[in-house]
Amino acid sequence: MQVFIEREKKNVVVDADKIDGLMLVKQLGLLIGEVLIVRNNEIVTEDVLLEKGDEIKILSVISGG
Amino acid sequence: MVCKECIEKAVIILPENAKKLCKNHFIEYFETKVFHTIAEHKLLQKQEHIVVALSGGKDSMSTLYLLHKLSERNPKITLSALLIDEGIAGYRPKTIEDAKNFCKEKNIPLHIASFKELSGYDLDEILKKRKIHSCAICGVFRRALLNEKARELHATKLATGHNLDDEAQSIFMNQITVNVQRSKTLGPITKNHTDERFIPRIKPLFFMTEKEITIYSLLKGFPVTYVECPYAPQDNMRNDVRIAINTLEEKHPGTKHGLVNTFLKNTTFTKEHPLPIGVCKECKEPCSADICKKCEYLKKIK
Repeated sequence: MQVFIEREKKNVVVDADKIDGLMLVKQLGLLIGEVLIVRNNEIVTEDVLLEKGDEIKILSVISGG
Repeated sequence: MVCKECIEKAVIILPENAKKLCKNHFIEYFETKVFHTIAEHKLLQKQEHIVVALSGGKDSMSTLYLLHKLSERNPKITLSALLIDEGIAGYRPKTIEDAKNFCKEKNIPLHIASFKELSGYDLDEILKKRKIHSCAICGVFRRALLNEKARELHATKLATGHNLDDEAQSIFMNQITVNVQRSKTLGPITKNHTDERFIPRIKPLFFMTEKEITIYSLLKGFPVTYVECPYAPQDNMRNDVRIAINTLEEKHPGTKHGLVNTFLKNTTFTKEHPLPIGVCKECKEPCSADICKKCEYLKKIK
């Protein structure tokens, strides 16, 4: 599964065909309070099951200043 | 995965009570909570001219939007926006552009004050010239300009986009560093100054998390681009505290609200213990020492 991490401007490959948002964020070493999960251009909650083929972006909620 | 109130897809699980809300119910919840904060903590009187400190980021943009919404319903509440241009190449120009577009669309007067007009130099120039901690001088100059310019604009309140995460972090940091004086400036309204030259500051987003504000600003389509300040330190106490609090929040939901609500109940930090305010010998602005930090920095960079 391919995931785009906006803050780092990079794509990473996660070894899973299906994974829920919270597990994905944990696997990426991030905290759920600091990111948003966007699937196919829609914000989703962390309990949603993400599947291979979904377009997944992780957005940072931390201010850049 | 669906909203607690309807059958639409949820966009958030609220940190306080694990309630799931869809786009429309989340927007309704968010706006109701901000307006409740304004009423409950008496952030505004019947007649006000509010100057909103606008950075072009999600927090200040949401603050401006909501106060504008309030002012449309109440002609006795007037509004203008104030942006501080520090002079940081590759960072500030983009947010100035976003702020200008937003204010133009909403017909809100936008004023811009700069470090250059205050000191003769941009922040980039100052940092090349002298070895000074970027965030320290930036914070001092920004706060000084906001207060002075807001007063020139006859503001009765200065609104900022501080959120629950900012406040929880500050409370935690002040505890670690035993900074009781600084703790007195926290809270949804800074009302412990009696000096008229100090414009009271209000924080309408005080009880909203950074995540909620990001979702709100995305759902509302605000023109906010994520740009990171090139001087933002990766290794400082605030970052460590932020990670510690968010780690606790993940394991123990409600940690941030608990920290902030306990702080608010502790009267050691409220109006009963006002900060002593003096006058800076150089610029005559409100200050708790003989010479204010702004004047100290201005001397350093001359």
